[in-house]
Parts: sequence; structure tokens; C-alpha cells
Amino acid sequence: MLATIPVLVIVAVLVFLLLRITPGDPAAILAGDAASTEQIEGIRKTLGLDQPLPVQFGIWALQMVQGDLGESYYYKVRVTELIAQRIEATFSLALVTIVVAVLISVPLGVIAAWRFGGWFDRFLMGFSVFGFSVPVFIVGYLLVWLVSLKLGWLPVQGYKRIDAGLWPWIQHLVLPAITLSVIYIALIARVTRASVLEALGEDYIRTARAKGLPESRVLIKHALANAAVPIVTVIGIGIALLIGGVVVTESVYAIPGLGRLTVDAVLARDFPTIQGLILFFSLIYVGVNLLVDLSYVVFDPRIRY
Amino acid sequence: MSDADTPVLEVRNLTVALPQDGDRRNAVSGVSFTVKRGEIVCLVGESGSGKSVIAQAIMGLLPKTLPVASGEVLLEGEDVTKVPTERLRQLRCASMSMIFQEPMTALNPVMTCGEQIDEVLREHTALSPAERRAKTIDIFTEVALPDPERIVGSYPHQLSGGQRQRIMIAMALVLEPALLIADEPTTALDVTTQAQILELVRDLQRRHGMGVLFITHDFGVVADIAHRVAVLRLGTLVEMGDKNTVLKNPQHEYTIMLIGAVPTLKPHGRAVPADAPLVLETRQLAKTYSDRGWFSRRGEVHAADDVTLEIRRGQTLGIVGESGSGKSTVARCIVRLIDPTRGEIRIHGEDIARKPMRALREVRRKVQIVFQDPYRSLNPRRTVGEAIIEGPLNYGLPRAEALERARKLMELVRMDPAVLERYPHQFSGGQRQRICIARALAMEPELLVADEAVSALDVSVQAQVLALLEEIRERFNLAMLFITHDLRVAAQVCDRVAVMSKGKVVEYGEANEVFLRPSHEYTKALFAAAPGRDFVFGAG
Amino acid sequence: MAAVDADKYAALSVESADVRPQETAWQRVRRNLSVRIGGAVLVLLLAIAALAPWLGTVDPTMFDAGSRDLAPGVRGEMLTLEGEVIQHKFHFGSDSLGRDIYSRVIYGTRVSLFVGVVAALVSLLIGVFCGLTAGYLRWVDGILMRVMDGIMAIPAILIAIALVAMWRASLVTVIIAIAIPEIPRVARLVRSLVLTIREEPYVEAAISLGTPTWKIMLGHILPNTIAPLVVMGTFIAASAILIEAILSFLGVGLPPDIPTWGNIMAEGRIAFVQFPHNIFIPGIFLTITVLAVNILGDGLRDTLDPKMAKRI
Repeated sequence: MLATIPVLVIVAVLVFLLLRITPGDPAAILAGDAASTEQIEGIRKTLGLDQPLPVQFGIWALQMVQGDLGESYYYKVRVTELIAQRIEATFSLALVTIVVAVLISVPLGVIAAWRFGGWFDRFLMGFSVFGFSVPVFIVGYLLVWLVSLKLGWLPVQGYKRIDAGLWPWIQHLVLPAITLSVIYIALIARVTRASVLEALGEDYIRTARAKGLPESRVLIKHALANAAVPIVTVIGIGIALLIGGVVVTESVYAIPGLGRLTVDAVLARDFPTIQGLILFFSLIYVGVNLLVDLSYVVFDPRIRY
Repeated sequence: MSDADTPVLEVRNLTVALPQDGDRRNAVSGVSFTVKRGEIVCLVGESGSGKSVIAQAIMGLLPKTLPVASGEVLLEGEDVTKVPTERLRQLRCASMSMIFQEPMTALNPVMTCGEQIDEVLREHTALSPAERRAKTIDIFTEVALPDPERIVGSYPHQLSGGQRQRIMIAMALVLEPALLIADEPTTALDVTTQAQILELVRDLQRRHGMGVLFITHDFGVVADIAHRVAVLRLGTLVEMGDKNTVLKNPQHEYTIMLIGAVPTLKPHGRAVPADAPLVLETRQLAKTYSDRGWFSRRGEVHAADDVTLEIRRGQTLGIVGESGSGKSTVARCIVRLIDPTRGEIRIHGEDIARKPMRALREVRRKVQIVFQDPYRSLNPRRTVGEAIIEGPLNYGLPRAEALERARKLMELVRMDPAVLERYPHQFSGGQRQRICIARALAMEPELLVADEAVSALDVSVQAQVLALLEEIRERFNLAMLFITHDLRVAAQVCDRVAVMSKGKVVEYGEANEVFLRPSHEYTKALFAAAPGRDFVFGAG
Repeated sequence: MAAVDADKYAALSVESADVRPQETAWQRVRRNLSVRIGGAVLVLLLAIAALAPWLGTVDPTMFDAGSRDLAPGVRGEMLTLEGEVIQHKFHFGSDSLGRDIYSRVIYGTRVSLFVGVVAALVSLLIGVFCGLTAGYLRWVDGILMRVMDGIMAIPAILIAIALVAMWRASLVTVIIAIAIPEIPRVARLVRSLVLTIREEPYVEAAISLGTPTWKIMLGHILPNTIAPLVVMGTFIAASAILIEAILSFLGVGLPPDIPTWGNIMAEGRIAFVQFPHNIFIPGIFLTITVLAVNILGDGLRDTLDPKMAKRI
């Protein structure tokens, strides 16, 4: 619980140091390749880069705490504004992916554990190794090539906001969401299988069977209920994979979201934007995992905060 | 009602196969016995005897790897090994119920106790929710759970071990089955709780007139509870008969050996010279664990408090107590695996309680320990020989001499010196414990601490290891600190006894005095709870 | 009385030692199907990487303006750096600069395998050091593990992208950038292993035998961490190969003149609609490689570290 605060402070320090520990002059890096000496000097002054490191961090952290992520050198607007513009697409994609992935992977994992060692189990384990191994962009291009180019069922690329209508929104999200969910499904299904399998070996399962309960009840009310904590934990940890996947998926499908913005910012060496995005993503990740930690209380009465 | 003469349970020629790579063909072969209405039959055997397999075969709970190969299990005349799954499901809990060894893990931790009974009623009866609740509270009252209304909404972790076992019993009996199978239901419980649960089982059995199949390894429990006894060895039934006949006049040599191995509760009464030099003294030894939160001290646990003991050369001091009494804490302080909070630990008069880890080198040689779990006491990646010579090498003994000493010690603990090259996984629990004793002896200690060293072993193996410990104590004139929860074991080996409860020594004195004339209330209760205490085993 | 003859019981006791020679861990590993399949594919890939110049390839950086955008299997001409024109069959076609994709894919094997192995070794080395320190020195533990938590709170790809962007991509910076986010995972594993093993009775026995701390660390604790570390190292290698490809694919990885699978695919994005094989062929190689490493890792985990196999 309280550990969240030190983690956030450390993330801030790391992101801050990211720019300062680089070989070379941070002001020159920030100014970009085409900057003149005066411009570099200007940046050095405004950012206080001539001050000692702790002072610099103080100034910078104060800005961050006030919600000021600085100004993009490339887009010439506040980074917060950039994020606000792009967040809808990314949020839609991530949410659809999480919901779809959880709905698919948890039942798959439960069935595989129940039929441990059977053909379904082996198939699912095979799929999950494959899901971990195939790069996100290969899945993306394969789907584009097959569904959009060969079959012509769905638009190739791009994104439509939800206020432009539900149908176009869905049409543009189907392929990216499938692409992104492959690795997420692989991860959650694997952990679900493992934790349900572990629960199935416990004594209380034998008790439940000795009580004459039907197998479905044993599986769901007893095994899955006890496997819930590791499953929600991996859903939270998987957000990190999802954020990585968003960066790639948005590039493949030309979706104007935060992932695409990250790549563009890196290519343009737009450092305030990069810093702001990393901080923002980390905040989301830490926040989601805090919620996951809090949710343990619901799943396990033994956990109290 | 079926005919009163039909047995509740009749097992005929039951054979359960083991997987191909097992160490024998069958887990259970050709076992036949009956349980009549209103009788308690005890199934006794050591680990690997197949007693739990029989219980699971009756309930239809065997894993797929252990199929019933042949034979019949007739539950009120119906062969449950041949009925369809659906019928088996109906029979469970309604006609036959089972309670298990570990009340800690046998209940679902994320479901309230009330719900766990409720789902039985919902599955097997057509009662309304209100009726189900009423019935749940009734059965909780019958198994003497305090405040049943509250316990309905409690989770298992909020209850004590004994209370959980009562919940299990309530669950098993709520539908009044004809047969109750109890698989070591008291093994994981403290001796006083065990006595209460045994009393409850006996009481309920009398009231409901059901047949009980009671599985145990403990002859004390058998003496307390059984009407008839069946003895199993390696999956075959070697002897069956009336309790008094089997326990007092066993016929099969295995039964004779098993019963002979049961330690008596009578102290041995060996004389100890009172002028032998003191090896260990503790003065007001205390260990306090404080659970510190981020902002506040959440509380302190006095694991051991004001413990003052002494051991002379050639003497065995026993510390007996139930789990959580602090007996192991004292042992671990004396060996300085943990740092005591207060008090003195004197080895030959020298206080080592405050010495920093580095300065303990000389003391470590004099004080050695043997742990409870033989499977975790040896590093799986090192040969037995390496384990035994590790200590002597640390104190500068040349390798060749250390190995020579290891060979001698192996002979002393009755093992083949040729196996020094082998790894621990190739040995049984009893053999590993012998190796651990050899490892401790390799240091030529003056004080040997045995922390529940025989508790994980079967009774026949336990007898061997106890005999070995006694032999080496005598031979090397060792001082021995013997930690145990088992009063029979304590009576057999100890010259002096300290009884611990909640971190404090409540009674301390000569074994004869303490065992025959206990003065403290707790000690009296503890001894009164010892299973089979009034029973004289064997021909006498 | 306790002075009963122990041998009397030994004869009848049911407890007997298992004296059958047990399979060693190494024998179990070699018999495992996953290890065999994954290992065989990796040996093949290693052979391809080692023998790249002799597999009908040309210099992967060489281009010919006359042979741009050729379909797979087409014959064409190539101007070598020495200025002579050679006939060459473009097995996998050519890219928009007229480079031979087959040669680039084959040489790309070298980069992928190298990045995977070295990144895994780097993160293992630093992670083990951090984990051992945190597990044994209590005062370092708090600070070090908080820093590790911080690194883990930033998604791995973002750290790698940001670091590469700062440092300008080269083989060394890419490997370090990929290895850094993996360090906390190794450190956590080692730390938790150290803390668990420290509590084992055999370690306590060693303490009471007077074994010095450093000897306990090297003799009792470290050997018991090797199996889980080997397993983790394999999974890190798989993930490193993937991340390297993703970085190159996004255009922020190794410089475009180094033939990596990611770079070939990045180049292939432009003409994807006409020439989808420019992405799919290196993609298949990449997937097979990562798959082989992951399958090998699964097999190693099942055989070396059955406890971990139960967990995931």
C-alpha cells in the first residue's frame, strides 16, 4: 500500500536521471540536432541545467507534482495537452483488449487445468508458448494481410472516435484488439491454468468432492475462487506487456494514440514528450496494480489492510 | 431400515494397483474387513501401509493413477466401486462421509463455514434457505462449537484447529450418514485438542449409531477409541480382531513389533549422578518477537519468557509442550540460531547469550542440533560424506582424518560407510535422521539438542532412532536437550522434564516426579489428555 | 526402557532406502522432448549463423539499383563492392534499395542470437549480484529492492526505447538497454531464493557446524539457485530477441545498415501491400527462433525446477 509512494518517487528519479546520465550535454540533446548555440544556452537557463543535480531534480519534481510535464519541442504544445488529445484511442484499445482477453483466457485456463494433461491442455499450452513467441507486429500484419487485404472485411488502418458512431469505432478496433490480446491471453490463460491446477491439488478440493458436490461447483466455487488472487495479480502485471504492445500495435495500425506518440517522439528526439509519456505510463501501471492489490480483500478474506 | 445384521461397510478382497514404476505392485492387496452399525473399527499402520488408500477407495476419491484393480466395497450392500459417478456423488455425505487429517487445509479458506455446510444441504436436500440455516446452527451446536450463530459467518482462518475439525465433523454428519471415515483426524492437533475431538467422535457415534472407520498410526488413540482393530503392513492386512485381543495379545510378528515399539508413559527412573558437571544453564532466558508496523509497534509476542534450566553431563532434559509453547524457540536460542532478547545461556559457565556470531566459533563445536524434518536437514546437492565432514573441516581437521571419522560414525549409527558417496534423496527418513546424528557427532559435541528429532518418523523407526540416541548419550556421556510434544517419547528418554506453555516453564523437575505426581494444572491436563494413558500394551 | 536393540526393529520395519540409482538432473534434461526440440532448432540456427557466408549469400549490405523490389526466386544482377557484376538468384526477393533479402535474413540470425545470449548474460550477472547482496545485507535490501520495484514499474519496452533514444543505437547500447529492465526480475528471484534457502534446516545445520557465512553462501545457497537461474536466463534471451526486433521494427533500434530481422521488416513496411513476404519471411525466422528458445526454457523448467513449473 504505502510502498506505492516510494515506487513512484523512484520512477520519477529514474526518469529524471534518464536524460542526465546520458553521455553528452543534456541541453544539446534536448534542443535537437538542428539547434544553434544560443538556443542550447537558452534551454540550459530555462531548465536550470547549470544548477547542481539535486536542485535540478527539485525544480523538475515540483513541476511534475503540479501536473506540468513540460512543453514538447516537436509539437510546440504542452505534453499534458498532447496526452489528453491522444488518450482516447489508446484507452479504447486497451480496455477492449483487457475485457476480451480476460473473458477468453480465464475459462480456457480453467478447462485446461481441469483436463490436465489432455489434448485441450496441451493445445492451450502450445498456443500460449506461441503467443509469447510471436512478435506483436507479425500478428498485426498477418491479420491486416488476411482480413483486410485478402478478404476485405475490415478497414486496413486508422482509428474512428467513438462519438463518430459505435460501428466504425468497433470496426477499427477489432483487429488491433485481437493483435494486442494474443500475448495477454497467453499470459493470463497460463497463470489461470497453473493456479487452478495448484488449487485442485489442495485438501479442500478433496473435501468438496467428498461432500458430493457436482464437478462444476468444485471447479468454480472451490478451485477458481481460490485461484483468484494470482489471476488478478497477473492481469495487473500484464498491463506492462500491454503498454509495450500498444506502442507496437498503434504503429502497425496507424492509430493516433499514446503508443504511436511515443515512437514519433523518440524518432523526433522530443525528450520532454518521451519523459512525460514514460511517467504517465508508469503512473497508470502503478495505479492499476494498486487497485489490484486493494481488490485482494474481495477475493481472499484472509487478506486485511 | 435395512437389516441390523448387515454391516454398514464390507470390504471384500480389495486390491488397488500402483503405477508401473512404483516400489511394489499394489498399494493395497486383497484386503477384507467389515464395519458394523454402531462400532468403531481402527485401521492402523505406518506410512505407506495403504490405510489412506483404502479410505479413498471407499469414498471413490482415488486418483486416476491408483485404480481399484479388483474386489468389492459394499456400502449397506451396494458396491460403490461399480456404481456410476452420479450415484457415487449422491452417496457421499448422505450415506458415507469423511473427515481428514489437516483441518487447516481441508476447509475452503475463501468460503464461510456456514456456506460450506449450506452447499451440502443444498446439494442433497430440498430444504429452504431458512431451514438450511437452522439445520446448520443445530449441527454446530451438536458438535459443541461455541456461538454457532457467529461461526456460521466466520471464515476457517478465524477459528482454531480444533474448531475447524469440529466444522469438518459437522459437515460430515449433517446428513446423518451410516458410515463415517476418519482419516487421522487428530494427528495434526495438539494433545489436549485431540482428546476433545476423540471424545466428540465417540459421543456422536454412540448417539447416532453409525459405523466409524478410524484411520490412525497412533496406538494410544486406538486404545482410546476402537472396538475392533485391523493392522496393515505394506498394503496387506496382517491382523484383525477385537481391540483387547490385538493390543494385549498380538499374534503377527509385525503387530508384536509395532506394539513393542510404542513407548510407555512410565518414566524410566534411571538414576543420574547429581554431582556431574553442569554443561548448560539458562537464566531467565527470553525471546520476544515484536511486530513493528510502519508507524507503530503492533504488538509483542513473548515466544519464550523467563526460562531457567540446567543440564548436567550424562543427563537428558526434556522440554515438552504443545505447538506454540516456545519449546523450539528455547532450543534455537541455545544453539544461537536466533538471538535471545534477554537472559543468560551458560555453556560450562560461560555466558554466550550476547556473543556476536563471529565469537561463537568455539561454542558451536560443543553444541550440536538435530532437526525435526529429515528431508530438509541435508543439502540435496551434497553427498552424505560431504555433509558429515563439513564441521570437522571447518575446525581444521585434515580431510583424510575427517573422512575416517565419518566412516566410523556411520558404523556407529548403523549405516554402511560405503554409502558416504551417495546423495540424501537415496535415503529414507529414518536413515537421514541417522546421518544427521552422525553429522552432529562428528563435531564431538558436549551438548546435543534434539528438536522434535523423532516426531516425523514412524513408530518402529522412531524406536530405532530413540535407541540410538540413548546409546550415544551413554557412550559419549553427552548432555542432551530433548524437545518433543510427545509425552510417551519424553517419558522414555528424559531424566528431567520441563513442561512449557505459552512461553513459560510451568513445571520443572525429575521425570519421575513430573510424570507420576504432576502439580501444575496445565501439566495435569496435558497428561490426562494423553491418548491410551491407562492402557497397558502387550501381554504386560 | 529405551535400551532396546535397534536392529531388532530394522528387520521388520517397513521403511527401506531407495537405493536405485536415480536419474541425474542432466539425464532428465536430455530426455525431455521440449529440450530436444528447442535445442535442435537452436543448434540449426547457430549453424546458419556460423555458416552464413557459405550458404549462397552475398554481402548483406550490398545493393544494386537495377535489382530493386524483385519477387522471391527471381534471378538478377548485382554489382559487388569491387565493381564486378555477378549473377545472383534472389531466393527471398530484394528490397527497395536492391539488397538481397535472403542474405540479410541469414546474416540477421547472427545479430538476433548474439543479442539474446549477451543480454541474458548481462542481466543475469548484474541481477545475481544485486539479489545476493539484497538477500544477505539487510541494510542494502530496502533501498536496492525499492529501486528494482521502480524499474519494474516502467514497462520494459519503454525503458529500452528511451535508453536507445538517449544513447544513439549501437550493438552495445541496444544490448544494455534491453538488459536493464530484466535485471530486477533476476534480482527478485535470487533474493527470494536466498531468503528461502537461508531458512532451510540444512543451512541452519551448517551455521551450527561453524561454517563461515561466505562458505554457506557459495557452498549451500548459490548451487541451489543455479537451476532456476538457467531457466530464467533462457526466458530473458527469448524476450531480448523479441525486444531487439521490435526496436528495429519501430526504427529506433540498430542502425539500418546492420542486417537484423527487425530492420528488414521495418524496410518492408513501406511496400507491404505489394510485397508482404518482406515482413513475413524475417517474421517467420524470428518467431521460430523465439519459439525454440521458449520451448527450450519450458523443458528446462519442467526438468530442472519442478517447483517453478507448478507456479507458472
